[in-house]
Amino acid sequence: MVVGLGWAGAIIANGLVDAGLSVVGVERGPWRDTAKDFNIASVTDELRYSQRQELMLRTAQNTITMRNNPSQTALPMRKWGSFHPGNGTGGAGNHWAGITFRFQPEEFHLRSHLEERYGADSIPDELSLQDWGTDWNEMEPHYDAFEKIAGTSGRAANLISGRQAGGNPFEGVRANDYPTPPLKQPYSPTLFADTAREMGYKPFPVPSSLVSQTYTNPLGVTMGPCTFCGFCTNYGCANYSKASAITTVLPALIRKDNFEARTHCEVLRVTTDSDGRRATGIVYVDSAGRQWEQPAEIVVVAAFTFENVRLMLMSGIGEAYDPATRRGTTGRNYAYQTANSVQLFFDDKNFNPFIGAGAVGMGIDEFNNDNFDHSGLGFFGGGSTRVTPIGAAPIQARPTPPGTPRWGSQWKRATVDNYASTMSIGCEASNYSSPNNYLSLDPTYRDRLGRPLLRITFDFTDNDLKMAQYVTGKVVEIAKRMNPRQMIPSPRTGPWDGRPYQSSHVVGGFIMGVDPSTSSVNKYLQVWDVPNLFVVGASAFPQNPGYNPTGTVGALAFKAADAITKHYLRNPGEMIST
Amino acid sequence: MKTLIGFTLLSLAGTALTAQAASTEYQDIEHGRYLSVLGDCAACHTANEEQPLAGGVSLETPFGTLVAPNITPDAETGLGNWTFEDFKGTMTEGIGKGGYHLYPAMPYPAYTLMRDEDLRDLWAYLRTVSPVNHDVEANQLPFPFNIRLAMMGWNWLNFDDRDFQPDPDRPDDINRGAYLVEGLDHCGTCHTPRNFMGGDGDGKFTGAIVDDWLAPNITPDPHKGIGGWSEDELVEYLKTGGNRFDFASGPMADEVRHSSQYWTDDDLHAVARYLLTGAGIDETASSADAPEPLAQSNAQVQAGSKIYFDRCAGCHKTDGSGENGMFPQLAENPLINNDNASSLIRVVLAGSRAVDTDAKPTAPAMPAFGWDLSDDQIANVVTFVRNSWGNAAPTVSAGDVAEMRKALQGE
Repeated sequence: MVVGLGWAGAIIANGLVDAGLSVVGVERGPWRDTAKDFNIASVTDELRYSQRQELMLRTAQNTITMRNNPSQTALPMRKWGSFHPGNGTGGAGNHWAGITFRFQPEEFHLRSHLEERYGADSIPDELSLQDWGTDWNEMEPHYDAFEKIAGTSGRAANLISGRQAGGNPFEGVRANDYPTPPLKQPYSPTLFADTAREMGYKPFPVPSSLVSQTYTNPLGVTMGPCTFCGFCTNYGCANYSKASAITTVLPALIRKDNFEARTHCEVLRVTTDSDGRRATGIVYVDSAGRQWEQPAEIVVVAAFTFENVRLMLMSGIGEAYDPATRRGTTGRNYAYQTANSVQLFFDDKNFNPFIGAGAVGMGIDEFNNDNFDHSGLGFFGGGSTRVTPIGAAPIQARPTPPGTPRWGSQWKRATVDNYASTMSIGCEASNYSSPNNYLSLDPTYRDRLGRPLLRITFDFTDNDLKMAQYVTGKVVEIAKRMNPRQMIPSPRTGPWDGRPYQSSHVVGGFIMGVDPSTSSVNKYLQVWDVPNLFVVGASAFPQNPGYNPTGTVGALAFKAADAITKHYLRNPGEMIST
Repeated sequence: MKTLIGFTLLSLAGTALTAQAASTEYQDIEHGRYLSVLGDCAACHTANEEQPLAGGVSLETPFGTLVAPNITPDAETGLGNWTFEDFKGTMTEGIGKGGYHLYPAMPYPAYTLMRDEDLRDLWAYLRTVSPVNHDVEANQLPFPFNIRLAMMGWNWLNFDDRDFQPDPDRPDDINRGAYLVEGLDHCGTCHTPRNFMGGDGDGKFTGAIVDDWLAPNITPDPHKGIGGWSEDELVEYLKTGGNRFDFASGPMADEVRHSSQYWTDDDLHAVARYLLTGAGIDETASSADAPEPLAQSNAQVQAGSKIYFDRCAGCHKTDGSGENGMFPQLAENPLINNDNASSLIRVVLAGSRAVDTDAKPTAPAMPAFGWDLSDDQIANVVTFVRNSWGNAAPTVSAGDVAEMRKALQGE
């Protein structure tokens, strides 16, 4: 039984099906298919997909409530703002940007690493950083498997066979180069990379699951090269270029006799036996409102961070986290992303900004994670600095300088003057978990079925706000050297505001670890004390580094599938004894 | 002595029983199953995947509708009471049990070439499929075509009751290819133009219209036929559903999905060699010289090129080279050079989806453009494609597009 047919669910379902198991995939949204749903002649519709969010979960079906701290009463999000949860097969993987970083080796033992480098008491009390309980050597083969499924384009710097120029020098050692070469770079990333290189940094093409050439993956599914159409993030890809479960896994998986997909079926809870030590199946509701119980030998929950955690809370799996006592694990260590940027206005440049893609661009990693010395800085973490022109679509791309009226003829003139000559440098930075940031069931607001909504309690920590100032300052140095007419630095400031879009990289809440008192799943994504239940996704991240999560979500899905098929099936039970 | 005779009789009886049983051994039934795949019986006789061969697929002919019958061994509604001789009469003479005449939508003019041993194996297999009680009214033709006896005259004019004669001067694989192409695979049923009676017309394998699709020219003509395809490319097309020039769509998608993706490599190569050598066709039917393309200054070509670069080049590339495995190459593509542009017009108007096979599960789609391109615009872009990058073919008019649009809206 696999809950959710996005990246994680599709990868695991395919692994289990190939091991000979009969697998049923349950998906709350529709079956999505490039040919049927993403027609090149109609997909480039900004109003439909970006403004009206057609591919995202309908908040009338399910949403979250939010507040900044435990003293407040949370309110429901009725229109997606800060993040964009997906829906249907492929999930958020249909409308993601495609940026496919691997986390660095240090990330998987971050607390130990920082304590070792900066001292045993260097981590402030406001941060609840944890080790993952796994390491680089265990993760690397699964990253490799995911990149091969997705056809990820990029250039390696640090291969087992030796180092090579042009890639990201801070990446962990890799067995193989990327399956497809880097995408061609538009002008704004090229200008950024040239400047960064002059300043002694080492720019590299952002690793991207938008393939750069026709690619057939190990499942026999073929993708076509990205055409830089500029309708990418928030859109489905009509060119079969953006990797998602629907363009890489499901066309092969759905042909297999021992797999069945049930769409428009929303899971209500995981059922367990009387002592809660064994999952017995799931209960779901179909589009006619009928409830069904589906028994299963193994239950895999892979339904995006929010729904993973909510299902565990509603099913009574693990102890709900309490920030007052810092006890409990379900809902613990919810974290986000700290998004910063600097906008640059030029007089003499034409960036042709309509040429774009969610994951084409150049980046540097000198100010990311622990790639620089944090001694005396008063914060930990950092960000991935990059220029990734996603395509300046007509409704939203109105790059007018501050002081321009928000409507009328002056606004129109400023748009014309600045549309082609404006670019932005982003710094997508880490977000380190904190005891007061957590997920729980909302006591007030319920969904259409009467179940409590998931409540987010979150704010940026002092650590993250200091880090945001620091990394944005570094970006400003590069921006100045590019000599714009004007620039607007936007370091992230608090409090967290749920209205403007920032990032869909919501992580944690059902985290991996070595200790059942501070984590929910072991390194095989197996739930402590419920050995036939696996919960897979970014919900397992103990904190969020300055990287996009999808590469690691894919790797964890392969890791779980590998553990189930190679170890669990032979000897069902706890794979790590406590 | 008496004992000995008894023993001998018993032995003979045993031998006879063994001999009879041998005809329904595993390998014969399995061979029969493979023959049913080669002949793609399911294309017409399986309307419901849950009830294989229980009939029910409607065939639209210029004369009216025929529905393929139930060929499962159900006694009441299928072939349960048929003998092998009844079956053979159907397959080789178009005469069903009791003497009624079949309509040649059942390709008995091709199946008549089948060898007796193959017919026996196919029959042995058909006896093993699950009987399904499903009554099908096969003949839904209007008067006077519903008079089956008329087929006697049709047969006299159009049907040649013959056996397959291998050509001793040809290699075995070409003979095998001929046996398959002309017989069980019945390629000509779609790819050879029909005469006014619906029989084989002139220009064998030069293409014909089926369900508003062009079943293209499969002669070795290098310009309009498949002479520019290598043997491996033709095998790739039949086995996986696509090659760099084309993906199977329309009725050919069904053929690949149910039939040729399952053919043995030997049979695929035999068919490819037979077709590419042109052994089965009259040489004079092929045009040796490619026509000249329209001048790039032609008004339709000029207008069409603008549409092409705006709407088509993202996938098919500015030089028409496409992306192998995803977006067909348009340059030097024989399918584009057919005199009849029906399929091209159709896929631009209504879109099309490639067949999905185990080898190529992606099944990419050509999107529909009929909703936002006018008849004029489509006529121009198709004319441009038909006269660019080594292609050369007659112009397409807005009227041609309007006609197809009307036909599709009626579907």
